[in-house]
Amino acid sequence: MESVARSQPADADATTPKDTTLIYRQSRWTRLTHWLWAFSLFFMLLSGLQIFNARPQLYIGKQSGFEFNNTILQIGAENTDNGPRGFTEIFGHRFDTTGVLGWSGPPGQETPRAFPAWATIPSYYDLGTARVVHFFFAWVLSATLLVWLVAGLINGHIGRDLAPRLDDLRKLPHDIVDHAKLKFHHAREYNTLQKMAYGGVLFVLLPLMIITGLAMSPSMDSVLPWLNEILGGRQTARTIHFTVMVLLVLFFIIHMLMILAAGPINELRSIITGWYRTDPPEKHDQPTERSA
Amino acid sequence: MAKFQISRRKFLTASSLGLSGIMLSGCDAFDSGLGIGGGLRSFLENANGLTWRAQRLLAGRDALAPEFTEADIRQPQRPNGVTAPDDDTYKGLLANNFADWRLEVTGLVEKPLSLTREQLQNMPSRTQITRHDCVEGWSCIAKWTGTPLSLVLDQAVVKPQARYVMFHCLDTIEQSLSGDIKYYGTIDLIDARHPQTILAYGLNGKPLPVENGAPLRVRVERQLGYKMPKYLYKIELVDSFANIGGGRGGYWEDNGYDWYGGI
Repeated sequence: MESVARSQPADADATTPKDTTLIYRQSRWTRLTHWLWAFSLFFMLLSGLQIFNARPQLYIGKQSGFEFNNTILQIGAENTDNGPRGFTEIFGHRFDTTGVLGWSGPPGQETPRAFPAWATIPSYYDLGTARVVHFFFAWVLSATLLVWLVAGLINGHIGRDLAPRLDDLRKLPHDIVDHAKLKFHHAREYNTLQKMAYGGVLFVLLPLMIITGLAMSPSMDSVLPWLNEILGGRQTARTIHFTVMVLLVLFFIIHMLMILAAGPINELRSIITGWYRTDPPEKHDQPTERSA
Repeated sequence: MAKFQISRRKFLTASSLGLSGIMLSGCDAFDSGLGIGGGLRSFLENANGLTWRAQRLLAGRDALAPEFTEADIRQPQRPNGVTAPDDDTYKGLLANNFADWRLEVTGLVEKPLSLTREQLQNMPSRTQITRHDCVEGWSCIAKWTGTPLSLVLDQAVVKPQARYVMFHCLDTIEQSLSGDIKYYGTIDLIDARHPQTILAYGLNGKPLPVENGAPLRVRVERQLGYKMPKYLYKIELVDSFANIGGGRGGYWEDNGYDWYGGI
């Protein structure tokens, strides 16, 4: 199968393979919006963690339980026989997270704070400034999503590259096996798992982030009161907002690992310049199909 | 796979070194540009003005914050900020159960007022079960009873050049080198005349407790908690808050919060 194409001598020069081709894979709209998202999500994450630090608890329902318990996650610090320790409590299960969550800082200068200084903007505690940063990039992120949606519908990127097809379902098992073996195919088309990941982020996670963000705004609550009712209350909306953040961070980690595994130079070139080097065409196997 | 190994290792080393360098120096630079009045911060704050205009456009003057049922009142209203003012003036008024307390309505009004608690409570009242959203992220549902601010403003007859309602409070929120700072804040006339904006003297069917702002506090239901001052004693109609405190429209605003607290 693919090994035929890949069983070249080791000294076959990686930079000038003989039978691969450079194709123009990513339009300028895709590349521009990708980097705007990367930039704004970076700032939204770090300012968001700072905002979370002001109330490092997550609740389920319309309000926060002070006289009753609807807390599902808590990050805090407590005094123990061994000095102050940081802890994280999820659904009643408590973990010692000293040094990272709850109690962190330079040795000897630790302070009680949910997320550590290196993970927040500003690094010191400053809720007001974090909100300024967060809401600025919220506009950037939302506007970028809108631009991407319009451009992607017009230039065909969404219909051609992201829309799921029946064929994708058929290829899914093979695709999972290939990914598990870290065997990557460089083609113009996204594979099924890529479609699921990118589509999931762009059509589910980011819209959900914006919706739950709006649901937390008391002013928007007067415009769209049904939003919090659907979501299960403002504090549930806040919990979903946080959960989606965790999923986006997971996506980012996998995204980075996949780029490194699939060939960072080629992958980065395609999202910076648009040009992507595809694998040599496969002559011996599945002639009508893309390389996946 | 094999063909990328060398470049990948180089890439990893170089990129992780480069990235961490950028992040470390970038964060420091970012921190220093974010102080109040800083150029970067002022630029980013433009988004708050956009949020304010967009939400005003969508919500209009009279869209109501959601109201809840008695069953949603599951706990006492959580107090925050100052919960027991140490000011002599306040303690004197409290000792006399606020019999000597007056609500002054001054500034850009035709008829300045000085109202007792009884006078306020004899005006038409509004009771609403609403959710208090703190800027920190928590929420608490409670039942508030009070006099609609619009009725007080009508009685004082607001002059046309007035643009903001400023609230003066009895509690010292900060002791600074230049003297005690008592809590203050402003809202615009749209929020001041909103049907749910009340001067609350009752909480969950009882007189407003000290920890929640007795004898009188503001409810501005479409904004966050820091826009609803407690321990109120004076309402002043102004055309600008540029010369008040740090010029940003309130105590917390002067310490970095947005003037518009609808988000």
